[in-house]
Order: sequence, then C-alpha cells, then structure tokens
Amino acid sequence: MSAAVAAERSARTAVRLLAAPDRSPLPRRSRAQLLAEIEASGLTGRGGAAFPTARKLAAVAHARRPVVVVNGVEGEPASWKDKVLLAQNPHLVVDGAMVAARVVGAREVTFAVGRANRTVRKRLEQALAERGDGIDIYLETVPDRFVAGEESALLNLLNGGPAKPTMEKPYERGVLVQNVETLANVALVARHGASWFRRCGTAGEPGTALVTVLGAVRNPGVAEVELGTTLREVLQRFGGLTAFPHALLVGGYFGTWIRAHDVLDAPLTNAALAPFGGSLGARTIAVLPQDACGLTESARVLRYLANESAGQCGPCIFGVAAMADAFDRLDVDRLGRLAPLVAGRGACAHPTGATRFAASATDVFADEIALHRAGRCSGAAHPPVLPLGTSREWR
Amino acid sequence: MRSLNHPAVWYLMRGSGVVALILFTVVVVLGIATTRRLRIGTMPRFVTLSLHRSVSLLACAFLALHIGTALADSYAKVALPQLFVPYPTSGYNLYLGLGALSLDLMIAIVVTSLLRHRLTQRMWKGVHWFAYASWPLALAHSVGMGTDSDSTWFVGTALVCLGAVAAAAAWRLFELRRPYPKYLGAPL
Amino acid sequence: MKIRVNPILCDGYGQCAELLPEAVRLDEWGYPLLRGGPLPRKLEPAARRAVAMCPRLALSLEGKRR
Repeated sequence: MSAAVAAERSARTAVRLLAAPDRSPLPRRSRAQLLAEIEASGLTGRGGAAFPTARKLAAVAHARRPVVVVNGVEGEPASWKDKVLLAQNPHLVVDGAMVAARVVGAREVTFAVGRANRTVRKRLEQALAERGDGIDIYLETVPDRFVAGEESALLNLLNGGPAKPTMEKPYERGVLVQNVETLANVALVARHGASWFRRCGTAGEPGTALVTVLGAVRNPGVAEVELGTTLREVLQRFGGLTAFPHALLVGGYFGTWIRAHDVLDAPLTNAALAPFGGSLGARTIAVLPQDACGLTESARVLRYLANESAGQCGPCIFGVAAMADAFDRLDVDRLGRLAPLVAGRGACAHPTGATRFAASATDVFADEIALHRAGRCSGAAHPPVLPLGTSREWR
Repeated sequence: MRSLNHPAVWYLMRGSGVVALILFTVVVVLGIATTRRLRIGTMPRFVTLSLHRSVSLLACAFLALHIGTALADSYAKVALPQLFVPYPTSGYNLYLGLGALSLDLMIAIVVTSLLRHRLTQRMWKGVHWFAYASWPLALAHSVGMGTDSDSTWFVGTALVCLGAVAAAAAWRLFELRRPYPKYLGAPL
Repeated sequence: MKIRVNPILCDGYGQCAELLPEAVRLDEWGYPLLRGGPLPRKLEPAARRAVAMCPRLALSLEGKRR
C-alpha cells in the first residue's frame, strides 16, 4: 500500500470528489472494460435508492436509442451536496456523464438541475461550454419540488409533462437517469480502476459519500467522507457538536430520527443504520439542537411532505395529509393505524418515506409527546432547523 | 335499398327514434351518475356503470332500427350518404343533418368504448366528451324533423328528457370544481 | 394469477371491491386494498370482470391465462 493511500485511509478524509479536477484525458478502455470496472467497483447510486450502477448501465445499453440524464435536481431541501459538487467540480460530473454515455451507447446527454440555484447552473454552463465530446448536450432546469428529482418524475418533465412520477422506470425505456455524485464516481472508476475505488469505504459499501450536515454542529455544510466512518467522526469534520443532541435525522425527510447516543458510534453505512430502521438515503444528517423540539420540526416537515404529494395516488394524497393531521394532534394510535394504509400504496416512495419519517419521530420523541400533552414543550422558542422548499410549480 | 311504402315502416321509424332518444337520455344521466360515484337505491355502484353500458347498447339497437327504417321508407326519402354527412340546404335537411352529426359522434363514442383497452385514457375520454354534443344534436333532430312536434306526448317526452339531461349536466358542472375524487358513502 | 392496481390511474371508484370483495377491500378514502398472493381459481372470472369494469382501467391481472 502506497504512503498516499495509507495516509488517505488513516485520516478517513478521502478527498476524491471534491479534489482539484484532473483534466487529463481518461485512459482508453473499451465499453465492455468500462462496464466491468464499474461492476467490480461495487458502485451504487448516490441519489437515495442505492441501486447498483453497473446493472442500470447494462439495462440501458440494450435499448435502441439510449439517452443519459444527469440528475442534479436534488429536490430534498435539507441536502445540498449535489449542488456543491456541481459548483465545485462540474468537469468530474461531465466526465462521468460522458463515460456513462459511452458505455450505454448514447448520443445525447441532458443535464438537469433545480431552477432556484443560479450559481450551479452558471458553473455547469461554463463547464459544458468547454466540452466538445461529440455528443449532443442539453441543460434543463427543473422546478424545486421534493419529488422532482425522482427519476421517473424527472423523465416525465423532460418529456413535456409535469415533474410527477410515473409507473415506468426510465431504464426500461432506454433512459439512464443517474445522480451527479454517482456519475462523478463513475468518472473516478474509469480513470483509476475498481480496486482503487474500493480502497475507501467498506467491503460491502465501498467508496466515499458526500454528506450534508445541518443543525447543532459548528460548521454545517457539505463534506466528503469515507463510507464506514463513524457518525461521531463525520460530525467532527463539521467542527463537532455544539452540544450533545437528543437525536439525529439521518437520510433526509424520508429518513429516520435516531437517538444520538444510539447512533454516534455507528459507521455511516446502510448496513449499520438498518437496525435503527434507517439508511443513508439522501445523505443528510440533521443534528437536533438541545433547545429545539423534535416534534415541532417533524410536524412541519410532515405537513411539507403532505403538500409535496404529486397528487396522483389516493393513498398518498389523503394518507400523508391524514398523517400530518394526526401528528399535529399527537394522535399516535391513529398514526399507527394509518401506516399500513399509506406506506407502499403509491406509485413512488413518497408515501412510504413519509410514513417511515413520522413513525421514527413518534418513537424517538415519545417523551416529548408526553410533555406536549401536559402543555409544555422543550423547544418552544427555537427557530426552525429543518428547511422546507417553497416552489409550487410542477412544470 | 328498396323503398317500402307500408305505414308500419313509417311509424316504426318514428317510434324507434323516440325510444332511442329516451334511452340515450337515460345513458347520459347514468354516465354522469357513474362519474359522481352514485348508486341506484342500494345496488352496488358497478350496477350504475353496467346499466350505462347495457342501456347504451340497447339504445344503439333502437337507433339502428330507426336509421334502417328511415332508409327503407319511401316517404322519408333519406339517402345513405345523408346518414353520415349533413347537407343542411333546406329545413328538412338541416335537422336530418343534425341527426347525421349526432350519429357520427355516437359511432365514435361507441367504437372507442368497445376498444377502450387499446386506447389511452386521454383518447377515450376525449371522444367520450362528444356525448355532450351528440345528445343535444339528437334532441334537436327529433324535435326539428317535425314528424311529431305537434303531439303533446312527444313534446312532453322531449321536455322531460331535456330536463333530465340539463339537471344532470348542471350538477356535473358544479361538481367539476372539486379538485380530487371524493369518496361518497361508507367503505364496503 | 394476481391482481394489481395502478395507483396513478386508480380514481377510487370502488367497483373492484364490489365485484371482487374476497380479494379487494376499500380503505377509508375509497381506494383498493388488494389481498396479496395469488387468487384462488374460482375467483378468476370475477377478477376478469373487475378488470373490465374499472372505469379507469387501473386494474390488471398477472399470471397464467387459461
């Protein structure tokens, strides 16, 4: 093991995605070789669903007219890792998109970013202007809705419809929709190979992760960490905790609240979070300050999730709204009865994620519920911690 | 087609026309009832839709009889092309033409409904909305043809049909403002 | 043979629950809750009727056709 790799490993501060870009040409490999490297690397999607990348690429490669869509939409309000990646290292993402296009045989690549953030769009436009890879490149902006980054919703929008999910999976229609961080990793694998990629992370979940951390840490923001780093060490990268928190929200608004003392020593992997009912999800960690109220925060987010329903499936439209109503009333029994009527009954993960989020809140903040019923609250004066989106557009 | 001169043909044509009009009125009202999730009495809701479909086929049968006898009858003087293409040159032909237009729309509605499984929801629904044009045209045709407009029973029937469809359509329009489908009644 | 519902097309008419009560219940908002697993043979004709009657063609059948 070289000194550089040893240093990389011991510090667990691998800088790959946010490192200074390497603009030299990628090593020449055939399509089959590239696909083999990506498969050997064990790379999975960094957009929330964690689907094996090589499998998706292989599925799209069979299509008659494959197309690549670069998903930089990031509809999750608490996450800004994709925006940071695009703003700081757009060329790495574009490299990855071009590699993916090469592997699937696409002649067309569309980059999709959220409408609100002008910096990201400008940087991406600048980077794209410098490229002439012989492929048609398009850049589209997308309304900043929670579900707009879901791959079928994104495809729906790009095909002229609203940014609402559909029943078809894009890769079944020859469209590769891939998160920007995943594609950045594809570029790294194409350049350095699968075994280099696997030097970071764990055997089951190799590589690094860009994580967004917000709340009671000294330096909230985005950083790159090795998968498998403990949460405590991850939070150290953000200046450490300002005070010992009660709970962390791991995985975004479809994620789960976990008691801090349960999870701080857990490694950041899906496998380690699973016993808590959690997963990496959108790779955000919200640290709930001591003087904030987890129930109040959760109620706001749940109402936001209800309003962000695409309005296509009855159990989601009525169910998530009913859960938000029940949560406001702290009716835990009703929430329990609603859970099987809502989770899994929509066309996308929205009702399922909302159910999981609500259930984890009533579990972790059970003491707070008792307090509220007695007319008190731990965090009455605290300003909101968890951000919400404000867009009302679907097109 | 050989022209028939028997008065029975003439009366059959008019009678089947009126029956078709009444049946199509029922079909329109049942169609609106289906979209509004209504049940007839205590019968399950699928009966409303089932009746809508069955009665429409029955209405088509009477319509076919009406058209067949009209073609056959020597006094009616209807040529085959006039069934499908309006020639509104004179008073008689204007109302015949309206009937032809109504028939064209009805054929489109029935064919798309029978082939519903092969069409997208949008295509089927788009054509189905023509029912709101087809029915008034049929009413105008039956009143305007003048064959029965002097008899009270016919005028009464036409008014009742008009009232029923107008009321149902007005209610449908009023309900249109509801953003999501609202479930009416207790779960089974 | 299994019965499936497309939740986007489904508009909560509830006809399926009337035609196939052994396999379809309605939730409090009128949307179908399908009993999981394969349908018993004797329910197949009723299932086909339910699929044909759905005003939104939201139901579909998966599995062997006789």
